[in-house]
Amino acid sequence: MEIAVCLKRVPDTAEAEVKVDPTGRDIVKDKLAFTINEADNYALEEALLAKEKHNANVTLVSVGPKQAEEVLRMGMAKGATAAVRIDDADLSGSDSIALARVLAAWFKGRSFDVIFTGAIATDDGNSQVGPALAELLGRPHAAYVTKLDIQPDKLVVRRELEGGFLEVKELKRPAVITIQTGGNTPRYASIMGIKRAGAKTIDNAGSASLGLRPEAVGRAGSKTKLLKVYVPEVASAAQMLEGSTDEKAAKLAGLLKEKGAV
Amino acid sequence: MSGVLVLVEHRQGAIRDVTFEMLAAARKLGGQVEAVLFGDGCDAMLPQLSSQADRVTYSAGPAFKDYSYEPYQRALARLVAERKPSAVLVAHSAFGTDLGPSLAVALNAPLVSDAMAFNMTEGGLSVSRGMYSGKLVADWLVPTEPAVIMVRQSSFKPEPASLSGEVVRWDAGDVTSGAKTRFVDLEEIPTTGIDITKAAVVVGIGRGVKEEKNMPLIREFAQDIGAVLAASRPVVDAGWLPKEVQVGSSGKTIKPRVYIALGISGAFQHVAGMKGADTIIAVNKDPKAPIFAVAHYGIVDDLHKVIPLLRQKVRELKS
Repeated sequence: MEIAVCLKRVPDTAEAEVKVDPTGRDIVKDKLAFTINEADNYALEEALLAKEKHNANVTLVSVGPKQAEEVLRMGMAKGATAAVRIDDADLSGSDSIALARVLAAWFKGRSFDVIFTGAIATDDGNSQVGPALAELLGRPHAAYVTKLDIQPDKLVVRRELEGGFLEVKELKRPAVITIQTGGNTPRYASIMGIKRAGAKTIDNAGSASLGLRPEAVGRAGSKTKLLKVYVPEVASAAQMLEGSTDEKAAKLAGLLKEKGAV
Repeated sequence: MSGVLVLVEHRQGAIRDVTFEMLAAARKLGGQVEAVLFGDGCDAMLPQLSSQADRVTYSAGPAFKDYSYEPYQRALARLVAERKPSAVLVAHSAFGTDLGPSLAVALNAPLVSDAMAFNMTEGGLSVSRGMYSGKLVADWLVPTEPAVIMVRQSSFKPEPASLSGEVVRWDAGDVTSGAKTRFVDLEEIPTTGIDITKAAVVVGIGRGVKEEKNMPLIREFAQDIGAVLAASRPVVDAGWLPKEVQVGSSGKTIKPRVYIALGISGAFQHVAGMKGADTIIAVNKDPKAPIFAVAHYGIVDDLHKVIPLLRQKVRELKS
């Protein structure tokens, strides 16, 4: 069985301030730490569980700069068998569908029983690449999957719906599945795994090697164009409680009493 | 603006709120608004829809009984070819995120997702959407070829209209042959019986709590004030609290008297589930955390320092 996982290296902005860069179309990234996109980590774990259960090979794919190899190596340290990085130097301004086309160009002609992606990326929050990739490859897909059962002739998935429901679906193989966070417990890489992964080769590809013309990629190849990004005004209607930590705690206690919580 | 199609989202016989939000948003764009209903035995939904749209197109059949992207996509693509609208709106929901991107590829149409605002400009639709969990907004130009727009839930106001939309029964044709997917069933996620929707006082915890070993302090605080514990998604994903106490668009929507958000950044998905609370108090280290935009009261500080002091003050007030 052959399984592929699309991984994305994203900036970790959970506790960092986000600042717009001089282009007005991106954020300042030089002081940010980077990490594997959270949902992709769950997708990777799903692939590794399938590797163990079905003796599958797991190939990792990432579109990104040289530093994206960190994420690929971490995936190999956890047990993935091979990895490829598709260089993104000429992909600036790509919308998600344009990105999916680049991935589709790599996947075309390669037979994977299941292609996993994360359901959503923490940077753009688009949630588009997986189903778009599936459609470009002519394969069925299911998005926001938390539970997956790979059977000889089909996949049975559970997708998370709003309000505490799961939708159970069957798909024919080969298929593309996007994985939501929380459905499994991502493993840590072992020291041995990290050492071994350090010695492995990561294949490289790019628009040229994939036969994509310049007008078909990046901003030129995207039907939607990014106009600008900006930090929203936190229209703070909030009454901020001020003072020392002790004073703030006292004010909050008083407030809770006033609101009937004490 | 040659017209907007709005895909009606429904589940288990009820139209989901986001449908009315999308219809209201579509009406603001100008041009004809057409609600598109695919379902089986959904006649009872028609009056509610025809008052909110210029036309309701209804294709009924067993293939549409339960949402599944394949028949919906095929039918919608055929309708788009007939109607040639400027835009097609679907919800950015569990259904819509499964359908929108593949539909856009099938139509070779521009796509923008999780849209929270849009307006017509010369070059097309200018659409605003959030990035980095709401810390940034991005404006995209989307040509109306048509454009496929996945609309954020609980973002647009469902202002009611009093139209008399014409109901048109439409034959979608063959939407099932060659299908590669099949809806099987809906399952309810098993619960342990905690119902956070009934609690008057709720303490919500987020990533700022940092580690599971910090939980006992928070639990005790919640007990001190008779509050129920709830959580944002990352805390549930980490397994510290069960799924049934997750607050947000893929969890529960609650309207307690008091909601205390501890270490919660205020990503839109979470806010959608608690913004209706009477009093929202947020404690977060980051003064720019989006939670402060929805909170009534805020404290910028480390919750691990605040909570022990707060417990002490609460005890003093009680005695």
